[in-house]
Amino acid sequence: MMTHKQKQHNLDMVLTVLVCLAAVLFLMPTVLTIANSFMTSTEISANYGAMFTNMTEDKKTFISENVNLKFIPDKVTFDQYKSVLLKSPDYLLKFWNSVILTVPITVFQLLVAIFTAYGFSRYPGKIKTIIFFVYIILMIMPYQVTVVPNYLVAQKFGLLDSPLAVILPGIFSPFSIFLLTKVMRRIPISYVEAAKLDGASEFQILTQIYLPLCKGAIVSIGMLVFIDYWNMVEQPLILIKDTAKHPLSVFLSQINTGDVGLAFAVGVVYMVPTILMFLYGEDYLLEGITYSGGIKG
Amino acid sequence: MNKRNDQCGRRGERLFSNICIIPSLLGVMAFFLVPFGIVIYYSMINNPISHNFVGLDNYTKLMHTTAFTKAVNHTARFTLIAVPLALILSLWLAVILERNIKGKSVFRTFFLSPLMVPTASIVLVWQVIFHNHGTINQIIEAFGGSGIDWLKSAHCQVIIIFMFLWKNIGYNMILFMSALASVPRDILEVAELEGAGKIYQFFHIKLRYLSPTILFVLILSLINSFKIFREVYLLTGEYPYGKMYMLQHFMNNTFEKLDYQKLSAAAVLFCLVMIVVITVLLVTENHFGKDVEN
Repeated sequence: MMTHKQKQHNLDMVLTVLVCLAAVLFLMPTVLTIANSFMTSTEISANYGAMFTNMTEDKKTFISENVNLKFIPDKVTFDQYKSVLLKSPDYLLKFWNSVILTVPITVFQLLVAIFTAYGFSRYPGKIKTIIFFVYIILMIMPYQVTVVPNYLVAQKFGLLDSPLAVILPGIFSPFSIFLLTKVMRRIPISYVEAAKLDGASEFQILTQIYLPLCKGAIVSIGMLVFIDYWNMVEQPLILIKDTAKHPLSVFLSQINTGDVGLAFAVGVVYMVPTILMFLYGEDYLLEGITYSGGIKG
Repeated sequence: MNKRNDQCGRRGERLFSNICIIPSLLGVMAFFLVPFGIVIYYSMINNPISHNFVGLDNYTKLMHTTAFTKAVNHTARFTLIAVPLALILSLWLAVILERNIKGKSVFRTFFLSPLMVPTASIVLVWQVIFHNHGTINQIIEAFGGSGIDWLKSAHCQVIIIFMFLWKNIGYNMILFMSALASVPRDILEVAELEGAGKIYQFFHIKLRYLSPTILFVLILSLINSFKIFREVYLLTGEYPYGKMYMLQHFMNNTFEKLDYQKLSAAAVLFCLVMIVVITVLLVTENHFGKDVEN
């Protein structure tokens, strides 16, 4: 018995070490981004410059050939942040563009999803099953497949160059409907029947029973949707020709052409909303996509 | 009288649940389905000006485009490796963390951290790591080996798989953990009393209860495996080396060349393949999950 326990203990130790290593690997890029945001731009060019001069071979005069991964800055400075936040209003403007695009998409996609998922989960029938199947297919399509439809619609309605060209398809994207339907379908019918005995209407069942039970799921789906659109690059690139209206994610993706020194600080600034959301919603996220009822199904 | 009232009430309730779907259905029609109909039409005409119907010509042309067949090949290979790998690794991690390892909650946060970082910043980090004179090669050289230019090597697809796993395993793991936690304890206890080992319990009981979650994670991973294109694109641009050239690159480039016919045909083909894949997944899940759901 003792040896069995000993064995168990050893296995746990080994596994813990393994998981530790994996966790460090997972956390490393995040830490690196944050740590490097405190470097001076000269230090960044010295370390990473080789990556960006690579294409024009002849310019390799003053930068080290190696690309050095560096966690600890030689000198901690807030210069990058000062430039990002104070000196050039461009970054804040693009940040605001991101907000204008992402917040409406997230809020309205969730709103649409709440009703639609409810519709799908109650009184299932053949037609609903077919529509739901179509939604799953649509959800899986990569952006490169839906870009032509989106482009055609935007052109037809004269939305090209307006944030609406990105926002409207985003609102009706079926991703959160799929997730929320999965959750709502698992809510035991007995809850609904009990409410009906008390004379609740369908709308009341949605708002008083389904919504509270799905709060955690809605928050975590909202986070996933927000993160997805917060990082979008392709959609605005294609649908919004006016670069002044592009979100910071697009700008950030092109930063290696110019202000490499600022890249990390901009990245960290861009991370702030997601970090705040994690602080608020991590517990919901950790629950997984389930309803949180008295009896777990 | 009473019965009729009841039925009317039923119908009213059913009506409400149908009405709930309508706004979304209208939106999906307007922004996806109707324009996709136009895409199908586009895939069968010779050009957008003369609108001559050419049947499946665009499809046969597409099939003979080497860039397309290569891209399909690479994408299929990547998806078939990366998605099952993501599934297995995240399930494995979830099972380990379920064993009450110390600092479980900290680990979970760590594994979720890839969700927080902006894609573009992460690409910068991957560039540092996989660069010809970057971290991995420096480590290899420190041990006396000689590095390779990863982004231009035969192994470049490994980089995409790595980026994909890094980003997605954490959340998959969370989904599996919550599913594992909801496997009924009493069934496991009975199995234990009857002398079933841990491994038997896992494969014969837990896995059955996990089957809806497995399908769910599969679908999510499939979506994300197509989204990893963003990272690849930012990392290597429009024409990456060898096996990194994916279907999305092809579509992106045909879009930029305004070759809507080819692009439409590719989009329709992709859609058809996905319909088959999803049908197979749903049927399989139905088969395995039936006795558990109720």
